[in-house]
Amino acid sequence: MSKKNPEYDFKWCPGCGDFGVRRAIELAMINRLEETGKPMENNVVVAGIGCSGNLVHLLEGPQPYGIHGIHGRALPIALGVKMAQPGLNVLVVAGDGDFLSIGGEHIAPQAARNLNICAVVMDNGVYGLTKGQSSPTTLQGTVTSSTPFGKIETKANPLELYLTYGVSFIASGFSGQPRPLSLLIKQGMEHPGFSIVHVQSPCTTYNDTFIELKGDLKNGIQPALWDVPEDHDTSDHLAARALLQQGGVPVGVIYKDTHRPSLDQSVEATWEKAQPKSVEQLMEAFVF
Amino acid sequence: MQMRDFVVRFAGEGGQGVVTSAEGLAQSSTQVGYHALTFATFPSQILGGPTWTQARISVDPVLAPGDDVDVLVVFNQDAYDSHHQDVRKDGVIIFNSSEFELKGDDRSFGLPIDELAKSTGNNRAANMVIMGALAHLVNMPQQYLVNFVEERFNRGRAEDAEVIKSNIEALTLGRTHIAESGFVLGELAPAERPAYKQLMIKGNEAVSIGAMAAGLDFYVGYPISPATPILLYMERNLVGKDRVAYQVSSEIESITAILGAGYAGKRSMTATSGPGMSLMSEGLGLAWMAEIPLVVVNVQRGGPATGLPTKTEQSDLFGCMYPAHGDVKLPIIAAGTVEECFYGAAKAIEWAERYQGPVILMTEMALAERAQNIPMPDLSKIKQAKREIYTGSNGYLRYAGHDLTPMPIPGSPGAYVANGSEHDEMGDTTHLGEHHVNMTERRFDKIKLLEEDDYEHEQQENSIAVVPWGGSKGPAREAFNTLQKNGLPVSWYYTMYLNPLPPKMLEELKKKDLVIVPELNYQGQFSSILRSLGVKAESITQYTGLPFKARTLVEKITEMTNARLKETVRV
Repeated sequence: MSKKNPEYDFKWCPGCGDFGVRRAIELAMINRLEETGKPMENNVVVAGIGCSGNLVHLLEGPQPYGIHGIHGRALPIALGVKMAQPGLNVLVVAGDGDFLSIGGEHIAPQAARNLNICAVVMDNGVYGLTKGQSSPTTLQGTVTSSTPFGKIETKANPLELYLTYGVSFIASGFSGQPRPLSLLIKQGMEHPGFSIVHVQSPCTTYNDTFIELKGDLKNGIQPALWDVPEDHDTSDHLAARALLQQGGVPVGVIYKDTHRPSLDQSVEATWEKAQPKSVEQLMEAFVF
Repeated sequence: MQMRDFVVRFAGEGGQGVVTSAEGLAQSSTQVGYHALTFATFPSQILGGPTWTQARISVDPVLAPGDDVDVLVVFNQDAYDSHHQDVRKDGVIIFNSSEFELKGDDRSFGLPIDELAKSTGNNRAANMVIMGALAHLVNMPQQYLVNFVEERFNRGRAEDAEVIKSNIEALTLGRTHIAESGFVLGELAPAERPAYKQLMIKGNEAVSIGAMAAGLDFYVGYPISPATPILLYMERNLVGKDRVAYQVSSEIESITAILGAGYAGKRSMTATSGPGMSLMSEGLGLAWMAEIPLVVVNVQRGGPATGLPTKTEQSDLFGCMYPAHGDVKLPIIAAGTVEECFYGAAKAIEWAERYQGPVILMTEMALAERAQNIPMPDLSKIKQAKREIYTGSNGYLRYAGHDLTPMPIPGSPGAYVANGSEHDEMGDTTHLGEHHVNMTERRFDKIKLLEEDDYEHEQQENSIAVVPWGGSKGPAREAFNTLQKNGLPVSWYYTMYLNPLPPKMLEELKKKDLVIVPELNYQGQFSSILRSLGVKAESITQYTGLPFKARTLVEKITEMTNARLKETVRV
């Protein structure tokens, strides 16, 4: 939309990881459109607040529906959209601060409900838009604008957290690889339950981790990214946990449980037990 | 002289049948044609704790819980100690002598309620023992209650005859026992059963059905006193295909989930009370900013913070009208009676869709937990909530212009971003002043779509007016009736539409020399808002956690009116 509107005054910094995530989301949605024939307006992108949330305005090509809401609440807004219209493809886009700090309380309930949406988390390990404060995924000890003596808290481990909460599809990706990332997002969208695609999306201004992630072998820097082996059993909870113990940043599907009913399926299952009454009948119960 | 009404208060421990006694009395009385209203306060604990409920039984429609207690039924000494001073001088105190012995009050009489019930072979007939005793005190014909018992327990079961027999026996035992005491209150005028069909219903239930009558199809909520019964009612009745009622994990989830559902085309609502209302602040701002229809019911309790969870207060008006940061003023409907809980909820759902934004329905603990007989609501008066929906192609400018624009629904063409940041006509974020000016005015202008022209008005020629809001309507009306008999020159105005106020009513109020607003808060919130609109308003405030007594209002209104009239003469 930004192209059509010259007044739009938000821009990502040059080289921002979020460009790659945007491309991956566009590709995944176009792919879905081609495969299912469902029009672009069948998609709803619910965005949080921060650099990541602005993605909803920056998508190119045919436009999906969008909500640019309030900080930390993309998940419960998506809950309402999906429960209102289970036929929609609902995507949440949020950053590590939005998703894990202020919005952290909403992850566990959606996991327990198995809300059928896909959340794409753009993790840059910093609050970028407010100019460089420490976030849950900032390394302990890091000096940031809000931690002049180094970050006191330990770094969160989001993938382990999701696994513990019982998120039924967990994938880990990298913004520098938009095409493989789009396939992970597409799998997340197709998964019949709560899916999170956690993406390393570096902030080139405040926390540029591109080199650490990709490595620089000439200078002896081993890449933090490594591909999840093809023989990893994604249905095995313990194997997923073991995978996450190996350190670095795995890329691929970590865990997937397709046996649980999604929230909309569970709600639909109550229809046969329910006995809807007309307003007249409801009032009749109070007549004396 | 015959009595027109009487008030019975039951007080004891939670679990001693205090609530069921009052509600049973109200039900049996309405069954025979009286009007009834119960009023309850509970302790905020699961079991036990001091609790009391009262029922006012009247030949005429009941407006308020009643100023004085005619009969106090106490189940323990503590209950007597806390409540005996509310019993009128020639009232009667019945104590359950199966539980304790009361000494030193010559208005009291011991009724061995449990033993008498047991002697009928039906331990659960204790209520009927009390009912029989009360009937004697007001000289109510035994046949009334016999009819009630026969109707109530005729449930098509084998044991019906047995149950009916034991209950009638219990009625008789209660009656003959208290007859020995020689106590009587008088004779209640005979019941005149209204010709119309009636419901015996509580405010929370009336809100639930009223909202459904206007087309509600999506409800989520989080448990909180005293709004929880709405969640429970919805989960049992807003069910089946294309309807959702669901418990979420916090009030933040409640407001944001109904926002998502409202955006996706559903008529959506949640209900909460004070603390939940505070948590919804930011979400309400978003609904206002992004123009999303939704309804929040605030069943007020005493505040701030956890406050008085089981007491009544009208202290959330500021918080509901201005719930969020920034330039926000939400449409408010405040129900004043159980009947208005029904019609107000229906109107709130309709308003939200009409102007495409958030609407607050305010009720109060004293209304929510009050059981009252009301005329069967007239569904032909309910306007179905209808949203103007966009049906064109893609490339739509959702926020174009100054006026309401049709709303696209996800799944159909017209994709746009509902934006909580200031935006231009297509929903894109902008920080340009001209857009902020235009959008701010657009949001405020839309409220005009909600202006209604009906309001109550009487004795309009008088330059001093009584204007209550919400649940203080009942006691204020009772006081106004007395003031009229006393010949005090005051007028009466009332509306449940607090924002926007019916324009004609506001115009009239602006011409008054004094507008007296009885309200249950410290700051005088409604009078303050009225003053900001150019009305010479002053409040009568009370913040005890209890509703006004009509007598208090009669005294204060008389005092204020006379003082003002004297002043005018001097000038």
